[in-house]
Amino acid sequence: MGKRVLVIEDEANISEAIRYILSKDGWEVDTHADGADAAARVSAAPPDLLILDVMLPGRSGYDILDALRAAEATRALPVLMLTAKGQTADRERAARHGATRFMTKPFANADLVAAARAMMAPT
Amino acid sequence: MPGSRLIGTRIRAQRLSRGLRQADLARAVQVSPSYLNLIEHNRRNAGAELVSAIARALDVAPDTLLDGRESETIEAARAAAAAAAASAADLERIEEFIGRFPGWADVLSATQARIEELEATIVALSDRMAHDPFLPEALHEILSAVTAVQSTAVILADDEALPPEWSRKFHANLLADSGRLADGADALVSYLDASAARETGLAAPQEELEAWLERQGYHIAAAEDPAPPDLDALVQGRIELASDAARSLARAWIARAHADAQALPLAPFTAAVAEFGIAPDLLAARFDAPLDRVLRRLASLPPDPERPALGLVLCDGSGTLTLRRPIDGFALPRFGGGCPLWPLYQALRAPLRPIRAELVTTARIAHRFTAFAVAAPRGPARFDAPEVIEAAMLLTPAAAAPATPAATEVGPSCRICAAAGCPARREPSILSGAGAKP
Repeated sequence: MGKRVLVIEDEANISEAIRYILSKDGWEVDTHADGADAAARVSAAPPDLLILDVMLPGRSGYDILDALRAAEATRALPVLMLTAKGQTADRERAARHGATRFMTKPFANADLVAAARAMMAPT
Repeated sequence: MPGSRLIGTRIRAQRLSRGLRQADLARAVQVSPSYLNLIEHNRRNAGAELVSAIARALDVAPDTLLDGRESETIEAARAAAAAAAASAADLERIEEFIGRFPGWADVLSATQARIEELEATIVALSDRMAHDPFLPEALHEILSAVTAVQSTAVILADDEALPPEWSRKFHANLLADSGRLADGADALVSYLDASAARETGLAAPQEELEAWLERQGYHIAAAEDPAPPDLDALVQGRIELASDAARSLARAWIARAHADAQALPLAPFTAAVAEFGIAPDLLAARFDAPLDRVLRRLASLPPDPERPALGLVLCDGSGTLTLRRPIDGFALPRFGGGCPLWPLYQALRAPLRPIRAELVTTARIAHRFTAFAVAAPRGPARFDAPEVIEAAMLLTPAAAAPATPAATEVGPSCRICAAAGCPARREPSILSGAGAKP
């Protein structure tokens, strides 16, 4: 059974593409679209990897990340943040909030797979 | 001197006093309405020929429009002195300076006018960059669509073993996202393309509504008729109401103006205004009407040169300004909230409590106003429904109402207010001034 990844992304077609790409790479993929209850969803069953969009309805990705980093169970959860902005300030902000890695939209499918694999590799 | 700073204000006053629309005057003197709008707001200088043409169209002597040149020079010199923190002794000698060095006084006046024009441009650009919500939203929308298109296209192109059901799904997604991308790009291009229109202030639906209201002197004649107005007919084809959102706002405003007008009929209401003056509480008592309705009605009466100038500001429960009827001397921000010290916000904190306050502006040339404010629930009272509050503030030059000695210093908005040491400041000002930091 592959590693579990949860994709929190409100754009359904992006979620669907990520689901296909990572499933094909052997991941077990779940998706979630709403920011408001995203932290609770993650905490209820922490995945091996979280892919988290920044601009979400209900609650921003940064706020969700703050909540996750404040909880013991998800403090060290690998989180790959996605943002449509891709500016230095956003990259720094993501790092400040505790993102493990940062990827800007639009991204290459191969880069996403490589990043997900790299985040699971033993350090 | 066609470059005189307040010619535009005089042109506007003369035009309004004749009930002439901006577009009609523009047509008569063969300039575009947007150019005349800039002139009337003293943002462009009118040449000598154009001033003469406007004077002919308004049937006034050109001097009527040019009057006050000397006082303007004094005012400009005072403004320049205030900006440079000149000593009181120097300020007392302004008229002597103008008398002895008229040429240099003109140079100073022109320079001061140019500084104010540039500051206004900086304010507008800065506000746009800081507060314009459209650009980041539009770019996010486009980047999201591009991301979905790119990821999906790569899957379709590279994965030869793609199951047919996935292939169909991704083709459908691609079609939807490419349409969305085209729409997003279209909206962005339209937005960027509209720079000329933006210069006349037509950037957002609310600004379109205000431009449309301004064109008719903030009075909607059709609202006076007891029969319900044909909202669609009144908003269709109006050049200022370019967007659906603006037309929707205009329909809502007309419906409200109609309700206000029927509750406060024009003839008896204007007679009462003539009797009481700008006294909203007395008018409310006379007509047994809510105060907020009286404030709106006062600001929506047909233009009358005999009546004091009136400005109106409305805000919702969040403090966001939802309508701005400007009044000379009281700058209103184009984006974001206003000065936290406005009675408008005091009213918001104490709904249904009428507030009257004397205000003095923090601008270089201070103006005094009397403000009447009240906040009231919007819509019918309902159990278990969210409380929706709106505040209204009517402004009139202080001389038009009985003055009280204490006046509160207020600005337009922290960002464009250089008042030093203001305890209510929420962000530094972009204008010059050492005390502009919170």
